[in-house]
Amino acid sequence: MSPQILWFATRGAGIVSLILFSAVACLGLLAVARTQSARWPRFLTVELHRNLALLSIVFLGIHIVTAVVDPFTSLGIGAALVPLASSYRPVPVAFGVVSVYLVLAVIVTSLLRERIGHQVWRAIHWASYAAWPLAVEHTLTAGSDSWSFWMLAVQGTCIVAVSAALVHRLTSGGTNRSRLAAVTGGTADPVAVDPAWRNQ
Amino acid sequence: MTATFRPRPTARPDRPAGPGPARTELVVDRIACDGFGMCAELLPELIELDDWGYPIVAAGGVPDQLLDHARRAVAVCPVLALRLARIPAAPVERGNAGWHGNRPSSVRG
Amino acid sequence: MEPRLFAGPPAGSGPEPLADHRARLGSRPSGAAAAATVPTLEASGLLGRGGAGFPVGRKWRSVAGQAGGRPVVLVNAAEGEPLSSKDRTLLRLRPHLVLDGALLAADAVGADRIALYIGTAQRDAQASIRRALAERRDLNVAIDLHAAPDTYVAGEESAAVHFVNEADARPTVTPPRPYERGVGGRPTLVQNVESLAHAALIGRFGDGWFRELGRDVTPGSALVTISGAARDGVREIEIGTTIGELAEQAGAGTTARDRQAVLLGGYFGGWLSTERGWDVPLDPIALRAAGSAFGAGVVAFLGNDRCGVRATSRIMDYMAGQSAAQCGPCVFGLRAIADATARLATGRPERDDLERIQRWSQQLAGRGACRHPDGAVGQLLSSLRVFGSEWEVHQRRRPCTRERVAAITPARNREQVA
Repeated sequence: MSPQILWFATRGAGIVSLILFSAVACLGLLAVARTQSARWPRFLTVELHRNLALLSIVFLGIHIVTAVVDPFTSLGIGAALVPLASSYRPVPVAFGVVSVYLVLAVIVTSLLRERIGHQVWRAIHWASYAAWPLAVEHTLTAGSDSWSFWMLAVQGTCIVAVSAALVHRLTSGGTNRSRLAAVTGGTADPVAVDPAWRNQ
Repeated sequence: MTATFRPRPTARPDRPAGPGPARTELVVDRIACDGFGMCAELLPELIELDDWGYPIVAAGGVPDQLLDHARRAVAVCPVLALRLARIPAAPVERGNAGWHGNRPSSVRG
Repeated sequence: MEPRLFAGPPAGSGPEPLADHRARLGSRPSGAAAAATVPTLEASGLLGRGGAGFPVGRKWRSVAGQAGGRPVVLVNAAEGEPLSSKDRTLLRLRPHLVLDGALLAADAVGADRIALYIGTAQRDAQASIRRALAERRDLNVAIDLHAAPDTYVAGEESAAVHFVNEADARPTVTPPRPYERGVGGRPTLVQNVESLAHAALIGRFGDGWFRELGRDVTPGSALVTISGAARDGVREIEIGTTIGELAEQAGAGTTARDRQAVLLGGYFGGWLSTERGWDVPLDPIALRAAGSAFGAGVVAFLGNDRCGVRATSRIMDYMAGQSAAQCGPCVFGLRAIADATARLATGRPERDDLERIQRWSQQLAGRGACRHPDGAVGQLLSSLRVFGSEWEVHQRRRPCTRERVAAITPARNREQVA
């Protein structure tokens, strides 16, 4: 097998992972913000978020395995499992390793959601706020062509998209739960939701 | 995809709406529920949203042909507030002094 | 009627001391004799007096039969209902009768702990119980006191258990109910103080004795709290006494025309017009058939010069503010209903307010973790029936027939009905 294939696979799978991961992050933020439109129901955001997350794991797996197995890189399995154990750009690779561990924790707890309960699941899900920036950092510093024009365009788009989703989430007014005490106490009004939002 | 919803009295899972055969029911954890409303999108035949986006579940259990849709609705809830429960056939235990034995709308004046 | 719970020294003499209590009633059944009271209680037909009216004997049997550790008895004297003062009065005047009932229950269900849950503001009741506990030498179980917050829902049984467990008096999602898993995860008998007092007497004198009273279907005597009468306060009545008889005894009039309506049960109960209700027996079965409820024994008369719409709107405002703020339908629904009833009461309704409160009320029942919204809405629906024409008058912005609307302020406060 041409060693070039493994090298292409590593980089290609890595880029696809980043794009998918960014899409997952956007969808997660939009889900909490209860975003929807006439053509985009709320359940679509959540189900797409979950399905793309599982898909991104596949590409992440390809990225890691091909990188480790490639005879022309000096990455051994230790580099993939232990942060800073890589002899090639140890810190950038470590960003990736930590990011993967956080993502795995999030995915595993999500798959076991019904067993572990909502509170524990939610606490661990906060780790995704660290996992995504680490993945971006890893792409920028560990990648061999991260400063080429097209890679900058891809990375820039991902960063802008997730940032925009974050801003939207922060300005969307919070969940119902945060308003319950105020409405009971009479300091907030029980504004009924737009009927169009309720019907489907 | 649209189905007409006829509001029926809601069933409370620990006290069945009436004596009846064993059936599968949708149970809402009312404290966990935060009104995301995706359950109603996925199961409009049985779940409608009130004026504030919270689910009203039709009484009478989940018919067999809707079970898959019901499971999907249970899975989509971000706060795990919806679940499917198997309610055994049972007589109704009620107190006599309060509203427990009566839904207010069924009381005649 | 010979008083039963209030037999003995008159109200003015304060708490009955242990010696007098024993001299009057003898000692309580204990040990094996206590366990034998469960069938007696079942035969007596005693219903719980906390508001739900669940048969007491059956409840004790359920708790006794649970697996999951030694049971706990939770004596519920939170009495969050503003119109009710029977429980604190009973604790103040007959603490030993209540303690007898609690100890009897503990023996009967095999409990090794009694949690006394008394409202924080009930200073006299707390002092009376503390003194009574100090007097006794037959306390064979651990007894602890808990100060219940003075909120409406603090007396709900899962809220009481939640407070004893985690100092949080908010209702929890059931199942499991307290009788299965409650204080410390153990089966818990949550029982109202009046129910325990009746049980203490039934344990001594038997079910036949208990059933000697009771004019309609339900046997026994009950405590009621009367307001809106010349002689307000707590009374013991024979169950089945008609509303009209009670009105006469308490100075609320001699005919149905002397008052316009009566709120029964509590803020979670139901209204009856005096015209329909004057001859209705104060019996849980009869009241339910008439569209009302016995509830916590509240009998609140509404004078002819008061507006029923306004009284109802104040109750709804209170109930909305007393939500535990855990469940969306209760929080938003009750607050929206309360705001709409306030607009109707003060003569500034929106076009669909009356239609909206009916629709929201129909939607609300059964959609909270506890029955707080059910009770509030049940009371509202009964008000719509009883004061129907007046609600219409208010919706059409015509002058209120009872009170000058300009004098009504929509202030959000905890004023009582009458």
